[in-house]
Amino acid sequence: MRKNGSEILMECLLEQEVDTIFGYPGGTIINVYDALYQYKDRIRHILTAHEQGAAHAADGYARATGKVGVCFATSGPGCTNLTTGIATAHMDSSPVVFITCNVQTFLMGKDSFQEIDITGVTLPIVKNNYLVKRVEDLADIVREAFAIARSGRPGPVLIDIVKEVTSAVTEFESLPRREHASHGRLAALLQRASHDFRPPKPDTDDIDKLVEILQNAEKPLIITGGGVVRSRAHREMLELVEKLDAPVAVTVMGGGGISGRHPLVTGMIGMHGSEASNMACGGCDVLLAVGCRFSDRVALDPSTFAKQAKIVQIDIDRAEINKNVETYHHIVGDAKRVLQLVNERLKPANHDEWKKYVFSFKTETEYAESNATLSPKQVLGTLVDMLPRDTIVATDVGQHQMWTIQHFHFEYPGQLITSGGFGAMGFGLGAAMGAKVGNPDKVVLHVTGDGSFRMNCNELATEQYYDIPVITVIFNNGALGMVRQWQTLTCGERYSQTTLDRGPDFVALAAAYGLQGRRVTNVEELQAAVREALACGHGYIIECTIDMDEMVCPMVSGGSPITQFLIH
Amino acid sequence: MEVVQKYTLAVLVENEAGVLSQVSRLIARKGFNIESLTVGATDNPAISRMTIEVMTDESHITLICNQLRKMFSVFSVKLLDPEQSIRRELVLIKVSTPTHNERNEVIQIANIFRASIIDVSHTTITISLIGDDSKTNAIEDLLREFGILELLRTGITALERGTHTIYEETKERGEFNYGKNVL
Repeated sequence: MRKNGSEILMECLLEQEVDTIFGYPGGTIINVYDALYQYKDRIRHILTAHEQGAAHAADGYARATGKVGVCFATSGPGCTNLTTGIATAHMDSSPVVFITCNVQTFLMGKDSFQEIDITGVTLPIVKNNYLVKRVEDLADIVREAFAIARSGRPGPVLIDIVKEVTSAVTEFESLPRREHASHGRLAALLQRASHDFRPPKPDTDDIDKLVEILQNAEKPLIITGGGVVRSRAHREMLELVEKLDAPVAVTVMGGGGISGRHPLVTGMIGMHGSEASNMACGGCDVLLAVGCRFSDRVALDPSTFAKQAKIVQIDIDRAEINKNVETYHHIVGDAKRVLQLVNERLKPANHDEWKKYVFSFKTETEYAESNATLSPKQVLGTLVDMLPRDTIVATDVGQHQMWTIQHFHFEYPGQLITSGGFGAMGFGLGAAMGAKVGNPDKVVLHVTGDGSFRMNCNELATEQYYDIPVITVIFNNGALGMVRQWQTLTCGERYSQTTLDRGPDFVALAAAYGLQGRRVTNVEELQAAVREALACGHGYIIECTIDMDEMVCPMVSGGSPITQFLIH
Repeated sequence: MEVVQKYTLAVLVENEAGVLSQVSRLIARKGFNIESLTVGATDNPAISRMTIEVMTDESHITLICNQLRKMFSVFSVKLLDPEQSIRRELVLIKVSTPTHNERNEVIQIANIFRASIIDVSHTTITISLIGDDSKTNAIEDLLREFGILELLRTGITALERGTHTIYEETKERGEFNYGKNVL
């Protein structure tokens, strides 16, 4: 069947069972949007206020559903506006396919209107990218791009299509997804990279060695990282934890990799990790890290990090082995598969004495409460009590992010959506919308701060127009709280440019966008607002006024040994 | 900081536009300067082979190798042991030889090094020499007193001695392919 490039793109998206796209049109991508017009009964497009919002929404959609997110943007500023979103997806290994169009070939390299070498710009922040210059290559490249985005360690892939390809006509045959691996570029890639492209079983000798290490451990500690969430290995993780009878610490990205309410969970680990997690890390004899890359927010000081322990790492990405921390043993593989094999061989163990030691430390921070202002603990406690247990929580970046992770007990992968690696303020609202679009039956909570929210609050227009009922809770402390906290602790209370003693009035802003909202100053008002938010069924904003000197506790400063708390 | 030394990498890559810049960017991103980089086709026209020399320390060279192996356009990466590999580069040197005497001396030096005289004019001689850096450095040193007008090096290209090849399947290679291939 003869089709033009734009129609081929739509057909390829349908092959991948894509039903939702976030994006923003423009001059070079106009033909693609023209094709989209014909496919609008099968592919839903959500027009955001800004390309960055679209990128975060596609990312949030991917994280919450486990499917590949798709995002469209035009050339030049359209695609440079995506870059923060692409980098965020890259750092947190989120599968998103970004499709952009570039100027016509004869205009390339001439500093033409809205021209940019976006494949060059995005090189360090994508898993792979393509510049499509021939319509004959398009279908093949799209198929490969989706396969790469979702395979192995997932990540963002960018396809830049030159404008004339979107109107050029060629022969196209639709191909079911299961056959993609045996055709074209993908077949060549698979053949080339390895002779057997089916996921090879992790080496049995390696598994046996790992089991032996675990079986001989007297003081084992498990770290659940983002890889457990990505591979949806929460059941296998639970089985391992219970069989080994070992305390388990959770990284920011690992939230939901094991139920946060499980009695063996020691809480978050790292810079704002619980005392139990960090002390266990300093005292264990075997540290099993699953899907965790020992970032500088976990292994704050790699030279002292769990030095006394045999560190064993399970990761799907070989390049993460020994990258930040030297390991004693490693297994490269998908967390789910490796843990299954380990669980089959592992005999139940008992570590009562070690558990007694670990759980003599606090797994949760006991924040002081005052009746004068609303405290983060009161806000989050109320939200945890009133919202359904399976509420999806998207956060922005800063103090509210840490408080949210400390107070919520995430139960399943994809329940927590947060920018852990890149730490992009402004991520939350777009990501929350994406999560809600992918999970219309679940309540989606967006927790943000006044600083983060102001960055991309223009997406309230999208939330209102498409009626995406996200509940936004703003921790308004009138400051960039996390930076202020550092300034308090390390800069002699010189609050340089972190005081946000300025507008807007968030409730009035929400009203301007046609959304309801309330400002609350105590628990009763908050409860009433949450009830109203749940009942109204539309987007809703709750602005909580909190004290600007609230801190995230405990805290270990960057580069220090993990057991050396700066504040408790 | 660990000991900084020169490392030689052999890299098989897809023969496609943009791959060279991807590879060099990746090394630059780690903050290391590439000492030399050569690239050319192999017996398979779809595959090019690069030889990269970089000054760095052991932990960073491992990091660079690992990151390179992750790239979809990279087939294979091998860190070459200098003792176990053949290293060659081509050097072209244009020497000033205004007098008959000087010309004779330069020709003698070239003969000792088994270099070839590839061009002669009334006042210059151009020599080409193939060897590893110890040999090329030595001739450069000797010719300096005559006055080197121009000198260029193609950069080291290297191959492992004995039966080993870059195409061998190792466990490590399998581990990297795993990451690329869970489809």
